[in-house]
This record gives sequence, C-alpha cells and structure tokens, in this order.
Amino acid sequence: MSASRKAFGSLAKAMTLGLLRDRAAVFFMLAFPLMFLALFGALFKNSETPKVNLVQIGQVQAFDKLPSELDDVLDITKSTDRDQALEDVRNGDQDAVIWQHGKEIELRFSQADPAKAGSVQSIVNSVVQQANIAATGKPPAYRLAPGTVEDKSMKAIQFFTPGLLGWAIAMGGVFGTAITLVNWRKKRILRRLWLAPIGPGPVIAARIGVTLGLALAQMAIFLAVATLPFYGLEMTGSWWLAVPLVACGSLAFMSIGLVVGAWAKSEEAANGLAQIIVLPMAFLSGSFFPLDQAPGWVQAVSGVFPLKHLVTATESVLSRGGGWGDALPVMGGLLLFAAVLTAVAAKIFRWDAA
Amino acid sequence: MTAAIKAEGLRKRYGDVRAVDGVGLTVGRGEFFGILGPNGAGKTTTLEILEGLRRPDEGTAELLGQSSWPRNPDLLKRIGVQLQASAFFEKLTAREQIHTFASLYGVGPERADAMLETVGLTEKAGTREDQLSGGQAQRLSIACALVHDPELVFLDEPTTGLDPQARRNLWDLLRQINSEGRTVVLTTHYMDEAEELCDRVAVMDAGRVLRTGPPRELVAELGVDSLEDVFLQLTGREYRE
Repeated sequence: MSASRKAFGSLAKAMTLGLLRDRAAVFFMLAFPLMFLALFGALFKNSETPKVNLVQIGQVQAFDKLPSELDDVLDITKSTDRDQALEDVRNGDQDAVIWQHGKEIELRFSQADPAKAGSVQSIVNSVVQQANIAATGKPPAYRLAPGTVEDKSMKAIQFFTPGLLGWAIAMGGVFGTAITLVNWRKKRILRRLWLAPIGPGPVIAARIGVTLGLALAQMAIFLAVATLPFYGLEMTGSWWLAVPLVACGSLAFMSIGLVVGAWAKSEEAANGLAQIIVLPMAFLSGSFFPLDQAPGWVQAVSGVFPLKHLVTATESVLSRGGGWGDALPVMGGLLLFAAVLTAVAAKIFRWDAA
Repeated sequence: MTAAIKAEGLRKRYGDVRAVDGVGLTVGRGEFFGILGPNGAGKTTTLEILEGLRRPDEGTAELLGQSSWPRNPDLLKRIGVQLQASAFFEKLTAREQIHTFASLYGVGPERADAMLETVGLTEKAGTREDQLSGGQAQRLSIACALVHDPELVFLDEPTTGLDPQARRNLWDLLRQINSEGRTVVLTTHYMDEAEELCDRVAVMDAGRVLRTGPPRELVAELGVDSLEDVFLQLTGREYRE
C-alpha cells in the first residue's frame, strides 16, 4: 500500500512539475482566463448604473440643493455656452441640457437612447417637484421610502467570475489531460509504466489529483482577484459549495480530455480538437456573456455541455444565494457525464502511437 | 536454476504481416545475448513479447521461470527495460526522471543518485531531458532501467544514433552491467557491437530466427570473415524499409 502511495506521490510530482514548467500551459490555463476576468471586470464595472450627464447653463434654483443620493445617477457640468451644450447633446457627448428662464425650467435631451431619455426626465422632474413642495413651506404629505431587493440582474463581476472560472477549469481539464495522454503515449511512458511493478491505480489517481489541484488553485486565484475591492465580488452564503462543484466539473472536463487524448494521434491534433470543443462550449455555456437573451435552440444545445451546468450552478451558489438544491443535482450530472465519457475513452484507448 | 529466458513458438500477426513467425529462444543466466536483424525483421516485436508488453498470438515466453504474460508485478520487479524511444517525463531533469522511476520500484533516492553516478551523469543531474545529448539520454534511460537492480535487462537498440565516443562509452557500461552477473539482452543492427559484446547472438529476418550461436562460431561455420558477412549471407543484400 505504501509502495502505491509512494508511486502516486512521485507521479503526481512529475506531472505537476511538467505542468508548471510548461509556460504555454500555465499561460492558457491561468493567466489567460485571469486576464479576461481583470479586463471584463474593469470594463463592465459600472455598466449597471449609467449616470446621466447633465449640462446646467447658468443658475437653476431647483438644482441648488440636490439630495446626495442623486450623486450616483446624475453628473452635472456647469457651463455658460448653451449652443455648445445643445450641440454636445446632439452629438451624444452629453445627455441633456437644463437652464432656467424666469419660472420655466427648460430641459433638452436626445431620444437616441430611450432608457436614458426616460431617466433624464424622471430625475429632473422629481428634483423640480421637490423644489415646488419646498417652495410652499409645508412638509411633504407623502414620503417615498426606497429600499432594494436581491436583484436578479447582478453586478458584472458576480456573473463573470463563475463564467470565466468555468472556462479556465474547462481548459485545464481538457487540454491538460488530452496533451498528457498523447505525449505519454508518444514518448512511450505509458508502456514504460506498464513494465513497472505498479497497478493502474496510482497512475490514474495521480492524474486526477493533479487535475483537481489545478482546478482548485485556479478557483482560489480567481476568487482572490474577484473579491479585491476594485472588482468587488460579493460571495453569498453557501459559496463554498462551489468547491465540490468545481471538483466535479473538472472531472467532467478531464473525461473530455481523455476522449480527445485517446482519439488524437499527435499533440497538434489533440490541441486542435480540444480547442474546437472548449471554445464553442464556453461561448454556448454563458462563460463570456449571459444566455438569457439567446434563442431557445441555443439554450437547448448548451444544455448538453457540462460547462453550462457548472457555470449556472456555481453562479447560483457564489453570487445568487443558492444552496444544496442548486448544487447537488449538477454535481450528480457532472459525475455521470464524467463516467460515461471515461468509459468511451477506455473503449478507444491505445497503448501505442503506431 | 531455470534459464533467464525460455521462449517457444512465438507468433504475432498484425493484419497480413507476420511480425514474429515462430521464434524460439533460450538465454542462460548471466549471458549477454544479442538479437540481430535488418529493419522490420521483428526484433523489437520479439523483445516486446518477451518483456510482456505484447501478448503473443501463439507460443509462450518465460522469464526467470515465470510467464511474462499476463502482466506479473513480481516478475516486473526483477527485470529492467529500456524502450527504443527514451520514455522520459516531459520537462523533468535527469535527477527527477530517475527519482520518479526509482520510486515506482520502491527504490530510495540515494540509490537513484548512485545510479546516476554509475552512468556518469552526476554533472547533468539538473539538466532537463530535452537538453541532454543523444548519448546522455541513452545513458539516463539505461540508468532508469537499472535503478532497481534487475536480474535481467532488455535494451532495444541502445546505441542507435550515437557518435563513436558515446558508443564506446556505452559499451563499457553494458559490459560492466553484465559482469555484475546480470543477464543482458539487446537488439542492434551494428555487427561490430554484437561481435564485441555478445556471448551469443540470434540473427533474425522476416519474423524468424535464422541462426543462433556465439559470433565467432557463426563466422567459422559459414566460412566468412566477420559477423557482418554472416549477417549479409543470411539476410541477403536487398534494401529494407
């Protein structure tokens, strides 16, 4: 038993060193997805609360004392050149222009973005109404007490973290496994291991151990980056359920890698086939953008990919407050997928390159 | 004591090709035995059947008194194998390679380092496999095959592609291995190598053993000048694939 454990340990070490010393592998499995996270996270950071850019010409009394809540939605620039300001609105550089003309408050805005046009009107309208009430000297009859509910539409980072993490784990599982299998067959390490007095157990266990270790390392790094204050990922209650989910997912991707590696004759072929599988899978699984708007058939097709289920379930436990009910069926499905594809790989497995 | 190798009636067919077509061999303990033959003669397939890598369609192969098929871990501990392509783990240094193989056989790192010293690679211990020269890679691969102190060693074309210096060096190493009491079986298509090293050789062609015997006796028997002449007389002069 201890001989098997020793063999497991040394094989796992050999595989880990081989992986870490392969700069291209480290780049594609770790740095590349992380770059996407850093980039997407920064690009879409403020996309949920677009500010309204308002140009104020001269004095507008209603706007003298603005409540501070409006700072989040309203960005006011003061100017004296009304023609220039109107031109800016026409060009789309500014959203609206406001000026006072006696008792009239004039507002000009563009209809190019209807959502923005709507919010310009309602914001300015509410400010003016409040000013009117204040001008009567009476306390307002009604007060609105606003509060938020847990929102179905989330901050971008809440969505990108599970999506891109899933993609990274898929690359690690599929590429790492497929290339190693082809390489070991080509270099006859498989044969050499056959001639060593160890069973298949330590070899398989070492491969699984390294794949899981890589996936969990990817997860730790992703979460560490995403929870930086700059990106501001907020993990919900049962976020730790993402750990077993990622483990099951990486086994499913490993099984894809086994099929690719068993089929492909060269590393180039394995690389190409893995790319053909992973990239479309990532797009159709919502790794890069949400699939809510996608046509029904796309959503149906994406259902066959383990990545889609991994991303959905991870997003649920990580960002949406989901629990066991969301995670457990997906874990079962991923393991079943892994079992079926491993059986397929065993069927087409070859010892020799010839 | 049983023979180191006792093979009878080995046959292996790939489609229409009879790679091995009725091979019988007996190799005594402590013998240095060479399998000679042109490319495609069936040397490597014969070796792989003997090692237990492939199952013969017909026939039996016994190593040290135990059948090599099905796979038998107890027997595998007693044999050392160097495959034709050097089976190294990617991106690992010479020392890491031999330590990995050593641990597969339950051998400690001290013994692995000593083996590296034996083949003269201590200075190259920190060099990655792809940075080793052909001769260094072959020596490392032989060291990996010997790390668990096997009684019987198989070497498949160990000197192919080496320069004369590296080849002579390796010969010394192989003689040393044999003089320590190990049985050594190698394939080669260098006749001078076989003449120099082997106690007995088997000349193969088209999947059969044409002649077996000590090199000098074969030369005398066929009335020619060298083992090369024996080889050419037995296997003909036409080109091989």
